[in-house]
Amino acid sequence: MAKLKVYIDGQEIIVDENTTILEAAREINVDIPTFCYHPDQKVKGNCRICIVEVEGYNSFVAACCTPVRAGMVIRTNTKKIRESRKLILKMILANHHGECLSCRRNGNCELQSLSQELRVQENDLDQFVEDLSIDRSNPSIVRDSNKCIKCGRCVEVCHDVQGVGAIYNINRSSDMKIAPAYNKDLCEVQCVYCGQCINVCPVGAIYEKDDTEAVWDAIEDSKKHVVVQMAPAVRVALGEEFGMEAGRIVTGKIVSFLRKIGFDGVFDTNFTADLTIIEEGNELLQRIQQGKNLPMLTSCSPGWIRFVESFYPEVIGHLSTCKSPQQMFGALTKTYYAEKVGIDPKDIIVVSIMPCTAKKTEAQRPEMTDSGYQDVDIVITTRELARMIKQSGIKVDQLEEEHFNNPFGISSGAGAVFGATGGVMEAALRTVYEVVSGEELEKIDFENLRGIDGFKEATVEIGEVVVKVAVVNGLKNAKMILDLIKEGKADYHFIEVMCCPGGCIGGGGQPIPSTNEVKEKRINAIYQVDLTSALRKSHLNPVVKTLYEEFLEKPLGEKSHELLHTHYHDESEE
Amino acid sequence: MVNFISKYAGKINPLSLKEYKDRGGFQGFEKALFQMSPSEVIDEIKDSNLKGRGGASFPTGLKWQFVAAEGASEKYVICNADEGEPGTFKDQVLLEGSPMQIIEGMMIAAYAVGATKGFIYIRGEYSKEQVIFKNAIEVLRNEGYLGKHILGQDFEFDLEVRSGAGAYVCGEETALIESIEGNPGRSRFKPPYPPQFGLWGKPTLVNNVETLANIPLIISGGAEEYKKYGTASSSGTKLISVSGNVVNRGVFEVEFGTTLREIIYDICGGIKKNKQLKFVQLGGSSGACIPESLLDLKLDFNVLKKHGIGLGSGAILVVDEETCILDFIKMTTKFFNHESCGKCTTCREGNRHICKIIDRIIHGNGAERDLRLMIEIATIMKESSLCGLGQAAPTAILTTLKYFNGEYMEHINGFCRSGVCHPKGEVKING
Repeated sequence: MAKLKVYIDGQEIIVDENTTILEAAREINVDIPTFCYHPDQKVKGNCRICIVEVEGYNSFVAACCTPVRAGMVIRTNTKKIRESRKLILKMILANHHGECLSCRRNGNCELQSLSQELRVQENDLDQFVEDLSIDRSNPSIVRDSNKCIKCGRCVEVCHDVQGVGAIYNINRSSDMKIAPAYNKDLCEVQCVYCGQCINVCPVGAIYEKDDTEAVWDAIEDSKKHVVVQMAPAVRVALGEEFGMEAGRIVTGKIVSFLRKIGFDGVFDTNFTADLTIIEEGNELLQRIQQGKNLPMLTSCSPGWIRFVESFYPEVIGHLSTCKSPQQMFGALTKTYYAEKVGIDPKDIIVVSIMPCTAKKTEAQRPEMTDSGYQDVDIVITTRELARMIKQSGIKVDQLEEEHFNNPFGISSGAGAVFGATGGVMEAALRTVYEVVSGEELEKIDFENLRGIDGFKEATVEIGEVVVKVAVVNGLKNAKMILDLIKEGKADYHFIEVMCCPGGCIGGGGQPIPSTNEVKEKRINAIYQVDLTSALRKSHLNPVVKTLYEEFLEKPLGEKSHELLHTHYHDESEE
Repeated sequence: MVNFISKYAGKINPLSLKEYKDRGGFQGFEKALFQMSPSEVIDEIKDSNLKGRGGASFPTGLKWQFVAAEGASEKYVICNADEGEPGTFKDQVLLEGSPMQIIEGMMIAAYAVGATKGFIYIRGEYSKEQVIFKNAIEVLRNEGYLGKHILGQDFEFDLEVRSGAGAYVCGEETALIESIEGNPGRSRFKPPYPPQFGLWGKPTLVNNVETLANIPLIISGGAEEYKKYGTASSSGTKLISVSGNVVNRGVFEVEFGTTLREIIYDICGGIKKNKQLKFVQLGGSSGACIPESLLDLKLDFNVLKKHGIGLGSGAILVVDEETCILDFIKMTTKFFNHESCGKCTTCREGNRHICKIIDRIIHGNGAERDLRLMIEIATIMKESSLCGLGQAAPTAILTTLKYFNGEYMEHINGFCRSGVCHPKGEVKING
């Protein structure tokens, strides 16, 4: 690739051709402010905050989308540029509902930071803040268009990454809004509630529905026995909310906090992840034996389930009938656990802490009442947990680490890796291999199934069968697989699909920013949890064994079918 | 006035290949196809010094060269017939009167740049012209002028008519491309320019109707002959659309080098009812407002450029003394506030801020601070907007502030000399 010499603020730099001015400047630590720019997305060039002067040009150029040319003389910080950027920012602010103090993103808002950086002290422009209604139509996601600054990041993630297309730019000019078609509410379109739009929103225009008050109320209700489960991806991300490096594992501190604020039982979703592997592994074996409904598709990601129900109902038969670990936990808590502790299930409240916004909607599915009650009562996200910790005044970093309660506190490393893309597959292979062959699997790390890539595949010889598996994350990638299945061209036995890019660690309820760089650190931490686990295979989990002995009898047995499996509906618009 | 590129319009049956050919039609294409290599065609266009007639006046031959230089096997030629600039209706004359001339221009272009597929994007409101083109394409297909092995040669080209729903921004070439692709008309950032990354990411040549209408004549007569029209820096002729307070309104073909005064007073018969001329807006709503004192300016890219003025589409809106500058600007800004696509901050937000300020001034609630703010916003729109729409939207404001600043101040002081606005403030005529 050809090299070019350019000058940025008097500094000479040699860069590859096709480098943008923004990239060139960053190479020499000149920080041009950006706003619509997102490191994992396409360059948009919408916001115009990154304008710079180029000698010989009679207008500014946007640094993010302008490639350098040989000999370009670029200035990034003149009085004229500073004032122009400030004016552009003031225009954005004039159309932004700027009630920072009550905003969900107060303190973690790109618009706030930019206003500080560009030193906006007063805004003398006319204000154009409308009073648009806030869309609270669904259990997962809230949209407040009054705060939207029209950067287009949410639209890109919804269309290009997830292939859902629930929201789009409607109208034009100053009437332009980001909204579902015909300005409908989110619940009226085929939104899968993955919350990826939340994770890329620079401001507080999209956020999760906050259920923390319901949790506090439950804990304070002395008549209720309140238990909580925590998903694998939460423990490697929460620390970010408290200034810790991404990928810090804070499991013990969270357990300690939850117990301190009054939960009667603090359990681990990793346990039901292990259980899922037993049920799903046996289901896979059964399907392989019968040669039916292959490839089998995983079913633990509720955004993915909604996607299939909405857009590929003809593929529903391929989905595993296993409930997600969250829902297995709820169903068991209000049956097996209730019986064990001798508490009437109507007095039990099950709270989940999830990296996911779609889990809130999943918990409210009408099928998820097999215990006779709503199996999971309240779902909060990692961000909401952080909010509760901040509210409580407890210094979480100073808490002693504690262990989960029994019985649902013992889990294997295989359960932990559910939190990362490829994890469910890896956990399943560890178990299926040993169950089928009766031999111990020597190399249990399936490295080629790990990592943030959108599509991965592998073949494993299990007994006499060469099992072909694939792993995808991000719904746009899933679409590719679904189309293959529809055409009968997917010759896989088992496919793991995670709705969110990177898997659950990149879920819509995780701390913001949730960039690929951050996600990779979370993934590494997940495998660290696995590596340091005493048990690394689900079928070796002693509590799972006990559960079958005492209660479920056998995998895919009658009780399992009643409590741990579910069914799906055609939710397509046709 | 001349009759060069407009020589067919109105004189022949637009759908008769025979009548078009009898008057010299397709001589240019046949010469190119049988006697010239693609690069010779491009050189001829470059020699002719033809510049784009859509508004940006980019050298046509150079644009062709860029597309030709791209290695892709799939390339496109697009005719921009989305004539949406207010006060511009010159392409319509060609579209209605001489469709084969435009198609011939596209065919020569396709031959030169190596494209086999073309689109003509006709303004949504021009439904009649869409029908004419569909029929013209059919005629030419039947006669072997479109399709495979054209005139028995190893050259293939076909085209389709496309149309939007009437958004002004779709005249901007990248928004137009988005629209053909089936997306909402929103401009892309440039670079990459369409010659490198155009329709469906392929190298694409986008030329205006009038530009393409020049092509057959340049090739058939030769660049030297062509350059006898016009001036040294601006060869050829220009179709101008004259509207407003003049006696004769309409489309006229003039040679470059003609002055605005000649156009208004000689060709168009002067101002209606012998009133005083206030200003001329050149190039449509996105063009500069030029006061009476500059009427001797020639239509010539270089001359105009020296005054910071663009010829734009060649629309000439003549405005007499009875028009209030503020009222005029209000209409212009409202237009842009309606037509902005909303993609970039400065255009999306800038127009409505200016609308609001103008409103305030018109109602006598303005202050000098408003003028300052308006200049700041207009300037940032011009200098920072993503596409030509936002960059050109404040041209009328900036030029009227330059030439008619006094009228703005009068309104701020509560006075409208045209009696159009009703400022509430104190009347200080000599203030």
